[in-house]
Parts: sequence; structure tokens; C-alpha cells
Amino acid sequence: MAIPEGLRYTREHEWIEILEEGRGRVGITHHAQDELGDVVFVELPRTGDELSGDDVFGTVESVKAVSDLYSPVTGKVLQVNESLEEQPELVNEDPYGEGWMIQVELTELAELDGLLSAEEYAAYLAEESGH
Amino acid sequence: MSRTPLYHAHLELNARMVDFAGWEMPVQYSSTLKEHLAVRTAAGLFDVSHMGQIEIRGSDALEFTQHMTCNDVSRLEDGQAQYSALLYPEGTFVDDIVIYRIHAGHLLLCVNASNRDKDYQWLLEHRNGDIEIRDASEEYAQLALQGPRSQEILERLTLLDLDAVPYYRFTLGRIAGADCLVSRTGYTGEDGFELYLSPTEAARVWESILEAGSSAGIRPAGLAARNTLRLEVRYPLYGNDIDETTNAWEAGLGWIVDLDQGPFVGRESLFRIRQEGPHRKLAGFEITGRGIARDHDAVLIDGARSSQVSSGSYSPSGKKSIGLAYLPVEKAIPGQELEIENRRRLLPAVVVKTPFYRRR
Repeated sequence: MAIPEGLRYTREHEWIEILEEGRGRVGITHHAQDELGDVVFVELPRTGDELSGDDVFGTVESVKAVSDLYSPVTGKVLQVNESLEEQPELVNEDPYGEGWMIQVELTELAELDGLLSAEEYAAYLAEESGH
Repeated sequence: MSRTPLYHAHLELNARMVDFAGWEMPVQYSSTLKEHLAVRTAAGLFDVSHMGQIEIRGSDALEFTQHMTCNDVSRLEDGQAQYSALLYPEGTFVDDIVIYRIHAGHLLLCVNASNRDKDYQWLLEHRNGDIEIRDASEEYAQLALQGPRSQEILERLTLLDLDAVPYYRFTLGRIAGADCLVSRTGYTGEDGFELYLSPTEAARVWESILEAGSSAGIRPAGLAARNTLRLEVRYPLYGNDIDETTNAWEAGLGWIVDLDQGPFVGRESLFRIRQEGPHRKLAGFEITGRGIARDHDAVLIDGARSSQVSSGSYSPSGKKSIGLAYLPVEKAIPGQELEIENRRRLLPAVVVKTPFYRRR
């Protein structure tokens, strides 16, 4: 599956999409959901929670494994994807769309520069898998 | 690493392969949940060719097997199978096995892949009388077709009367033109069959079954689904729930022990342990909130560490997290509250009756 252009990525396999000035949407990548397999629980923060870049903001559990979710940026949680409560499989089915996890208000825009572009993330994946 | 004759078939199906007991096996094809559900509602096909097969032949084959296993082999008729175990003199498990009586002078033992060499050596060490013991594992591929539509699917590929093969019985005959031992056995809690056949025929029969079952909703299923399926029906997994430190009474496997069948290896210990009463029991629990208990997570009772989760997973049928753990007998009672320590968190849990799932 192609890695969407225009999003920024972490080495922990989260993505962030800038929706409008100062507002970003966060989820996990196709690669991350593929590695986890069937997602059965997603634990997310509350609206209003303050996150720092690299903070664990939740966990995602699959039949096979559990994985922490790391916030790509510092900011306040504006919204969480409540659909994941009943339909955690959205993370597998549409990781860059319906499977999004939180929306955050970015407070330090410069942090985005420290994240990977689609091209850099693709290279990182290739390196990680030893190719 | 060993490969089954279906290795290439798995790769073609885009299976994710893992090392299991020295074998490169498919853990999942597309989705463990879908594979699990297919077995519960339609059918799933597993490659279990990693399992070992040990043959015992000769005029003393029955007597020897009776001495080496804890269930009563003398009750078996030709064409009947039995779940049993090889035990150490201490009453603990060498392995749990299925015994097939082909005839009085020919028994076939299906053993765990991880224990194959150990079992074979164990049997050889105790060799006695007119018998020949042979590790025949290389001569067999093994497929498990499991799920409520298994018989209907198999009937499209054989002239055998499968109605004449009840639970834990088997017959010899052709499936898709290949000679097979066909037994109504399995490790999923559903109706289904296991086929023992020549490795050279395995790929063709595998494909024929998938094709014959496609309209019925069959899916190839991997080891991950095999594990969630067996855990829901509380079938023990050697190395997790039973091993060389646990005995049949505490594992809840008293039903495969027949102390009256005569002297067998482990009998005296089992007799003594039963007199004394076991100190612990393998109990089922479910997590009452979120989170999934995993193998080896610590189990806490009243805030104190008590034991470990022997098997823990998500239950696709129950849509909750379930597990097994050895608990002090007085705590192994439905309703007992526990905590499971999973990654710095304490997950509230409660002891429940098992099995977690029962087929309708």
C-alpha cells in the first residue's frame, strides 16, 4: 500500500495530517496495523488532555500483540475517534482514513520538521526490514 | 528450519510465516479473527504437518502402549482414537498425545512437534517385548479441516461414508484420490477431520479441499487462529498449560487418566497426588475491563503475586480477553477476583467456568 504524501510520520509508525493551521489528525500507518494484525481494542486519551511530543497517548491491542501509541507532537487533544470503541477494525481497514485516532491542537509547529516525510518513512521501513 | 510440503502453498496464499518448534509455519493468512470465525461458522483448513507421528508395531504393541500412557488403551477398538499422555514417573507430562489403534499390533501416536524427539527417545528407553518403535513423522503430512461444514466439504472429495466415522473414530480411504487416514478429531472444539497422508499428495489435497470448500466459506487458517480456537474450548497446549512440572489432576485432565487400567509409568505418583489432593488447579479467567492478558503475565491474588498466565489471548467468539493460570485450589473458584499484570498495568480479572466457548 502506498504511503500517503503530505502526511508526516514517526519512527514508531504514527502519522499526522495537518488539517488546517494548528490542527492535526493522528493515526497509525498501514505498516503498523499490518504488523499488529487484527486490532481489537484501542485505548485513547480524553478530549482536553495535554500531550508532549513522544508521550504515550494510548495503546492499541491486537489478537497478537499490544503496542503503545506515541504522540508525534505537543498539543491538546481536541477530539478522539469514538468509532474505534465499537469498531476497532477500522484501524486495519482504513488506517489513514476512518481509522484515525485523535485530533490535536499543535502548539509547537516546528516539531513537524523533526518528523519524516512519506519518502523518508518509506526509506526507514525499507531499512528496518533489512532491504 | 524444517518446512512442510505445503510451504509454497502458504507463500502463495500470502501467509505470514513464523518459527514454531523449529518449523516454518503459517501463523496467519489474512486475518486471525476471520480465520477463527470461519472455523466456528463454516470451515477452516490447517496445515499441521509439523506434528509428529510415532508408530508402535508388534505383538506387544498394545501392552507396551498401555504401560507408557495414562488412559486405558485396552478399551480401543480398531479404528478408534484416544486422547492420552505420556508421563514421567513423577506423574508429570512428557507429552499429550492422540493414539490411533489401526489394529492390535499397530498403533500410531500423534505427538507435539516440540516433543517429537523427546517422546521417541522416551519410548525407546522403555522398549520392552515384541515391538518396533519408529518415528514415522517424515512419512506423513497432516491436514486439519475444522468447522461445522467440514463433512459436507469432504464429502465432495470422497466416496467414504463419513457418517460412519463418529467423534474420535477414523477410517482409511481416499480423499481427492489420495490415500488418507481420516479421523474425526481436532483441536478447535468444532466438528471436523484430520487427514494423515503422504507428503507428496499434500499440496494437491490441500488445494482440492480449499476449492471444494470455497462456496461453503472455507478459509486457510494459521497457528494464531488454532491457538485462539483451542483456548476458547480449554484444550491444553504443551509447554504453556502442561509440561514436565504439572500433573493431570491439577491440569484438569483427570478424565484422561485411568488408574485402574493396570501399572503405567506415573501411576503411583498420580495415585499419591490424588490421595493428598492437588495444591493448585488450572483455572480459566476473563478480564473484566479492557486489555488482553498474555502468556507469562503475572497473576496477583489480593495484591500478591501468585503465578503466571499459562495461556492468555483475546477470545474472538466471546469478544473479551480470556486466559488460563494455575491457582491455589481454594482460589480456583468461579467468582474469585484476580489481577493480571500486563505491561505496568493491573488488569482486573475474575475466575470463570470453562470452557469459555461451547459449540451449539
